[in-house]
Amino acid sequence: MKKEDIEKIEEQMKLANEGLPEKERQLFSDARPTSVPPLNKYLEKFLNWGRAQSLWFLGFGTGCGAVELRPLMTSRFDISRYGIAGRPTPRQSGVFIIGGYASMKTVKRIVRSYEQMQGPKFVIALGSCTINGGMYYDSYNTINRIDHYIPVDVYIAGCMPRPEAIIAGFNKLKEKIKTGKADGMNKYAENFDWYKKNQKQIIKDWNMPDFNW
Amino acid sequence: MEQLLNRIKDKIEIESLKKRDDLYFINVKEEHIIFLLSYLKEHEGFTHLAFLQAVDFQEYNLFQLTYMLYNYNIKVNLGIKVMIDREKAEMVSIHKLWNHAWQYQRELHELFGINFPNSPNVNESFVLEGWEDIPPMRRDFDTLKYSSETFYQRPGRSTNDPKEYMREKLYKNFVEPPKIRKEND
Repeated sequence: MKKEDIEKIEEQMKLANEGLPEKERQLFSDARPTSVPPLNKYLEKFLNWGRAQSLWFLGFGTGCGAVELRPLMTSRFDISRYGIAGRPTPRQSGVFIIGGYASMKTVKRIVRSYEQMQGPKFVIALGSCTINGGMYYDSYNTINRIDHYIPVDVYIAGCMPRPEAIIAGFNKLKEKIKTGKADGMNKYAENFDWYKKNQKQIIKDWNMPDFNW
Repeated sequence: MEQLLNRIKDKIEIESLKKRDDLYFINVKEEHIIFLLSYLKEHEGFTHLAFLQAVDFQEYNLFQLTYMLYNYNIKVNLGIKVMIDREKAEMVSIHKLWNHAWQYQRELHELFGINFPNSPNVNESFVLEGWEDIPPMRRDFDTLKYSSETFYQRPGRSTNDPKEYMREKLYKNFVEPPKIRKEND
């Protein structure tokens, strides 16, 4: 392939950021996310072990399920003995907990927060609303399946799940990370167009960059 | 309270309804609403606007607005109901009387499509960002149809009638009790 052809393809691959005004487009990245292949076998195993030992989740209560995160942090269910802690911003955290139902307005914020998180990142979907809509399946404002908008690694069923169930969910996530199966971030990068299509279908006023690091 | 209602009845035409000792309702015509609200606020001590809400009466082609007032001195809730046209839904803004009423009016504008001319920020979106359909709290809006068209359903969802399901699972030998009352009663 010629060098010009490669440049042409790269130009086509760039994100348009059409939701932004002309002035602000140059302030944001137009590069697509790329999937990260695993390193060599033993190093990756060691890294995965390390990742599983310190899960920092984003303290963003997107629905009613977030009330179950508070008792997790206090003395009775003390989550910090598992090496898990809450962080205030997406830039510092590695686990995103979707706490229950997500309205169309919240999905916009969820997508933005998820994309700002540093990799490797994982998503736990809490409650039956995230799985199939739960009791809000016929609502005009609440989405039914969160996994069409961001990739989900672990589901915790229940309405609402008890803190014990959330601890079990975290342990399940640790298992998945250690075996290298929690690759939601790569799934997002590979099926980027499909996820963006779904997101733009419900977020009608798209006034943010297409992919924001 | 009865004296107060009589005082209002001297001035304008109203229907009053007593629900409890501390809860009364007044039906009033659309043209008298501003007079009544400002009279109650300035002269009778109903200084607190608790909420402003709407009910859709699709059968009569009307919206019912309820202004809920509260008097701190005599500790009485007073609801003022007014019917407005549903096709050309428009109501006088009361943000000059109660400053916080603009937020209720913005909500009603978005969820019911009622216009409040000159109300501040009334066109800003409240919970629905970029909504293109008819206002969702109107009763001719089909939420299930909208949900199944817009969002992705996960297959395998099933529902049971709770009465039938419990009878089948728990009370198999359940016998329907005989009806003591006659049908005509």
